[in-house]
Amino acid sequence: METLLAFVIGGLYAAGLYMMVRRSIVRMVFGLALLGNAANLLIFTMGRLVRGRPPLIPEGAIAPSAPYADPLTQAMILTAIVIGFGIQAFALVLIKRVYETVGDDDVDEMRITDSLEHK
Amino acid sequence: MTNILLFPLLIPLVTAIASLLTWNRRRLQRLISVCGAGALFTAAILLLATVRRDGIQVIQVGNWPAPFGITLVADLFSAMMVAVAGLIGLSVVIYSLESADIEHESFGYHPLLHILLLGVCGSFVTGDLFNLYVWFEVMLIASFVLLALGGHREQMEGAIKYVALNLIASTFLLSAIGILYGVAGTLNMADLARYLQGAPHTGLMTVLAMLFLIAFGIKSALFPLFFWLPASYHTPPAAVSAIFAGLLTKVGVYSLIRVFTLLFVRDIAFTHGLILLIAGLTMVTGVLGAVAQNEFRRVLSFHIISQVGYMILGLGLFTKAALAGSVFYIIHHIIVKTNLFLVSGVVRRLRGTLDLSRLGGLYRSAPALSLLFLIPALSLAGLPPLSGFWAKLALVRSALVAESYPIAVTALLVGLLTLLSMTKIWGKAFWGESPEADVGESELSALSRLSLYLPMIILALVTVGIGCLAEPLYAMSLQAAEQLLNPAGYIDAVLGRTP
Repeated sequence: METLLAFVIGGLYAAGLYMMVRRSIVRMVFGLALLGNAANLLIFTMGRLVRGRPPLIPEGAIAPSAPYADPLTQAMILTAIVIGFGIQAFALVLIKRVYETVGDDDVDEMRITDSLEHK
Repeated sequence: MTNILLFPLLIPLVTAIASLLTWNRRRLQRLISVCGAGALFTAAILLLATVRRDGIQVIQVGNWPAPFGITLVADLFSAMMVAVAGLIGLSVVIYSLESADIEHESFGYHPLLHILLLGVCGSFVTGDLFNLYVWFEVMLIASFVLLALGGHREQMEGAIKYVALNLIASTFLLSAIGILYGVAGTLNMADLARYLQGAPHTGLMTVLAMLFLIAFGIKSALFPLFFWLPASYHTPPAAVSAIFAGLLTKVGVYSLIRVFTLLFVRDIAFTHGLILLIAGLTMVTGVLGAVAQNEFRRVLSFHIISQVGYMILGLGLFTKAALAGSVFYIIHHIIVKTNLFLVSGVVRRLRGTLDLSRLGGLYRSAPALSLLFLIPALSLAGLPPLSGFWAKLALVRSALVAESYPIAVTALLVGLLTLLSMTKIWGKAFWGESPEADVGESELSALSRLSLYLPMIILALVTVGIGCLAEPLYAMSLQAAEQLLNPAGYIDAVLGRTP
């Protein structure tokens, strides 16, 4: 299972980075979403993958009996998903506004901030 | 008072909420904003005084014992950063009273400013890596909106670059945090430090160190990851770019220093050697980029990059004197850089442009403003007796003591080129004749003068004050550096004394 997830995560990172280096800002936002999901799955895998064993501490013990999946990573992903959702929502509005002001979704057309000539 | 550590977080939060609630009542909102910023500054100074008197302050949020809960911790370095953030916040809020137009204020300018301050202060006082990520995001989302607010074409293009590259940095940070948790099973920084001291040093640790270096390196605009900064910092209104220039990259630098003094200290020859190399390259590329520019704020933006190089130079050398130099440099730089951007805002108000080839004759028409530019500009270049001189002196001397002669020479040469850039602005904008025969100079009312000039005067006085009385701040920086180099005190303060 870990091996499979490793490939999935690697694929997501690769796809996300590929989308981000495209010239279209729409693809860039999709790339961001993929990268965010890749990072979340990475954290998820880091908490170990164990099925059907809730991390409950038996009476009298001080730690759950191994093997168990770490619930803290899942809580962290929850935070990261919420933050990622907010950021992606913002990014979508931003690219819409950029498209309206620039009139193009090609990043190569957005060079007035970097060129030496200016108004 | 034991809860003093919470105030730098609560005050901006409450101010942001209160100013949101007074959305439609502009004057009340401004009053709340100024009071909130003033209260934050007061609380930050109190925190600094408490940390100086009683040592490291720690709060376990919700009373969960470390390392299980979220820890807030302020050592001297954190407290100094919070104090200077409070000063910058107050200055920028006062300046915005005049400079922010109704278009900005009615779209939530004041709440966003305080949320930005909340994120900055949160990053400085947190003792938990995941919490640091959350504060970074709080800061980022506020900065995204502040940057794009107004919606000019330039701003939109700058915002796309800024947002994309900063979100990549966040993904790197999140991935690094995830892997580190998988390795160590904790994200409390003190607990991590203790774990990493005893753990075998494997290749994975170096990989992690590099992931953190990239993540924080993008945020702090290190070579070769700085491209978002000169593309975006000159686009928003002056007050916004002033607070960005003062605080945002410095949060990245703070995190770098924190992580590379507390966690990744096992393979110093490699990690800190690399940081030293990057520091040199950052200084040189930043200053050379500035030479090519011909717009007031673009020149200043490239200088931020070059100055960040100085700040991590001390981290790369990794001696007590060098780290003290870094801390001193950060404090000096935040004050000076914010002031320069504030000056650029007034220049734009007076002349309607920041293009150096169209400016000129400001020395004749606005002598006070010229003086207010000259003080931070010369301080930035490192001329005695201003604060930048002592900061550069401390760093160069520690480089010579550590026998890193190439970096010392680089630092001195870059200082010279900085002076060249500053004289370029001075010569073209202030001294030279204006190319346009009749310059329509806007008049400022007495009240708007007060709002614009007061923050600049205060910051300039602080610069001169640090310059003339460098000893107390340097002593404090030395103490902060000592705490950074001996993490045992930090670890004990967070986790309690251990058997």
